[in-house]
Amino acid sequence: MVEIGHFALVLALALSLVQSVVPLAGARGGNGRLMAVGGPVAVTAFAMVAVSFAALTISYGRSDFSVENVWENSHSLKPMLFKLTGTWGNHEGSMLLWVLILTLFGALVAAFGRNLPASLKATVLAVQGFIGAVFLLFILTTSNPFVRLVNPPMEGRDLNPVLQDIGLAIHPPLLYLGYVGFSVSFAFAVAALIEGRLDAAWARWVRPWTLAAWVFLTGGIAMGSYWAYYELGWGGFWFWDPVENASFMPWLAGTALLHSAIVMEKRGALKIWTVLLAILTFSLSLLGTFLVRSGVLTSVHAFATDPTRGVFILCILVLFVGGSLALFAWRAPGLTAGGLFQPISREGALVLNNLFLTTAAATVLVGTLYPLVVEAVSGEKISVGAPFFNLTFGLLMLPLLALVPFGPLLAWKRGDLAAVSQRLMAAFGLALLAALVSLIFVDGVSAFAAAGVGLSAWLILGALTDLAFKSGLGAVTAPVALRRFVGLPRSVFGTALAHLGLGLTTLGIVCVVSMQGERILVMKPGDTAEIAGYAIRFEGLEPMKGPNFTEERATFVLSRDGSPLGSMHASKRFYPARGMPTTEAGIRTLGFSQLYVSPGDIQDGGGLVVRIWWKPMVTLIWLGALVMMAGGTMSLLDRRLRVGAPSRARKAVGRPEVAAS
Amino acid sequence: MTRKQKRLSVIGAGLAFIALAAALVFYALGQQASYFYMPGDLQTATLEPGQRIRLGGLVEKGTIVRGQGTEVSFAVTDTQESVKVRYAGILPDLFREEQGVITEGSFGSDGVFVADSVLAKHDEKYMPKEVAESLKEKGVWQPN
Repeated sequence: MVEIGHFALVLALALSLVQSVVPLAGARGGNGRLMAVGGPVAVTAFAMVAVSFAALTISYGRSDFSVENVWENSHSLKPMLFKLTGTWGNHEGSMLLWVLILTLFGALVAAFGRNLPASLKATVLAVQGFIGAVFLLFILTTSNPFVRLVNPPMEGRDLNPVLQDIGLAIHPPLLYLGYVGFSVSFAFAVAALIEGRLDAAWARWVRPWTLAAWVFLTGGIAMGSYWAYYELGWGGFWFWDPVENASFMPWLAGTALLHSAIVMEKRGALKIWTVLLAILTFSLSLLGTFLVRSGVLTSVHAFATDPTRGVFILCILVLFVGGSLALFAWRAPGLTAGGLFQPISREGALVLNNLFLTTAAATVLVGTLYPLVVEAVSGEKISVGAPFFNLTFGLLMLPLLALVPFGPLLAWKRGDLAAVSQRLMAAFGLALLAALVSLIFVDGVSAFAAAGVGLSAWLILGALTDLAFKSGLGAVTAPVALRRFVGLPRSVFGTALAHLGLGLTTLGIVCVVSMQGERILVMKPGDTAEIAGYAIRFEGLEPMKGPNFTEERATFVLSRDGSPLGSMHASKRFYPARGMPTTEAGIRTLGFSQLYVSPGDIQDGGGLVVRIWWKPMVTLIWLGALVMMAGGTMSLLDRRLRVGAPSRARKAVGRPEVAAS
Repeated sequence: MTRKQKRLSVIGAGLAFIALAAALVFYALGQQASYFYMPGDLQTATLEPGQRIRLGGLVEKGTIVRGQGTEVSFAVTDTQESVKVRYAGILPDLFREEQGVITEGSFGSDGVFVADSVLAKHDEKYMPKEVAESLKEKGVWQPN
């Protein structure tokens, strides 16, 4: 079975090499038949990688321990879902997933790109093919998952228990769809530089791909955050761990790209900047892959450390980042600069957005790489942790968040700040009210926290104001406004939803950071702990047995003011195959808030060390991300932006679009 | 203002913003970066009172003492020197004798290191990278 997978992977490498050379040669020489090779080859390369991936997945499903990769990372007693998801719960398999998604995007460009100019499509596919070829070479030479063992063992060594979770089924695929999705924007940018042509239509083709990748990356990061929150038992939603930063930097740059591409599409401005941003976004994705996969960092994601891999990925990184930036330096001056605009305008607001987001991404980059640089230079081992990021990133985000509601309300080209401020008066008043109410009526709220609540409310109300204003609420009769509201372009809803989601996430973060309650105590059966008005009684421990683990399960009974609210469970697990203990936290969602119970050591005499958190509004952090994703998806469904529907766009080339009303 | 002047002032404002952000980053790096030490490094290190550091090493055998409630104390060693650490809270699942740990905190006035976080390795195969490398440098590294 795995031999078929291995063979298919080698074929995929050969196909990717063809894909990276032939269409490009065709595009350069104006040969239509050579250019047409790109599409079918890209689809076939995807099919080959899919066969290869399926072969590995089947080996995991069958627990075929004659395959070294399966033996090292699986166990026959593991539940089927975790056997299958274990395919990418290791270095080799996750790289295969990476390439699977990369070739998937290549195939999608081939399938949806029928309306692209032939030479642009051929060049984009060639760039995609080249990325694919390099990564396939990496897998085949340093990280081959299809190696057989001569003497197959009877039992596997099991997957790291922390990864035996539904999170592994969702987080890596979503994250990679985002990370790798930016390769399409990158390929378009490089193709534009090679072709030496860049127009509004280019931005119209790039935007849906960027948007789709952004939606997935948002989901991937949010899912990773929630997974770490409930699985690691530390109760934190974000640790500023280098690996988290590795996924967050492309998100920040991708968000900037999303916004600058709007300016380029609508106004023909910021062309060169948008191309640079597309290159930087994917470069940050590659940097993330390097940080996570090379073993330069210690984390749950660094599965194994093998120096040859690190060097290889570093070479890939240098090749693509250096190559594309050199190409940019060489070709960008030849591109025509875009239109002009007043500082106070929609364009101006989007430039400000880009300035803040890219600076924030650079801040995160410095904080993440600084320890590596210091160690390389002086040998001193330092760490840059949450306090650094909270200070720098936080200070940069505050003004950006405060400015967000203004952006969508400003007119293109020349905006009227006074008029927009007037429209936002109601939102501002209500946000101020929200801040005052939380300051006065919620116990123990600092002025800073109240300001944070006000800021979140400002974001949410600002998004709603945008919708209300654009449907003419107040200016026309209610039925007309309703009709207009329904008829608003989906991208307007998308913007409002995404900004509203940002407000919800901010609210969740503000509430958890400033108002959470925490208790650490030793509980004996029958003891009761009080937190945030809830009483939690510890009933006792009982031994339980799972498919591939044993556990001591603690039961807690929850009540408020004497009325029972059911029970919750938390446990200390032990996975004998790896000799590894884990903690399963008990979590109870109450409204948008959660009670979080994390069990510690069991003491002599039956006491259990317990850590209890009250996490107010914590679920909003991830619900906000879901709303942002919904916003992105909504924009993607806009008729004018739908992937593969640029037939109208072609007519629009060079025609300045009327501002979205 | 002419168009050119306007453009220059916008670019100037942008550069000023970036310079400000850069200054903030370097200020914060100076303030917030915490250094990593093994017990043996501490004699030569100059620490200000209350300075936050990360102290790494192996949990010395037979030194784990569970006190009242959630108090735990143990010694971190690089096999030559050792430092006593006090911690209140829940220890990570993979915290064991003779295993690598990184603790974060500062020295109390009694010379005991008061940790507010204790990190152990992520799975049974690996030890925190800083600890493994330092042990290798000292020549006392013993792979399992």
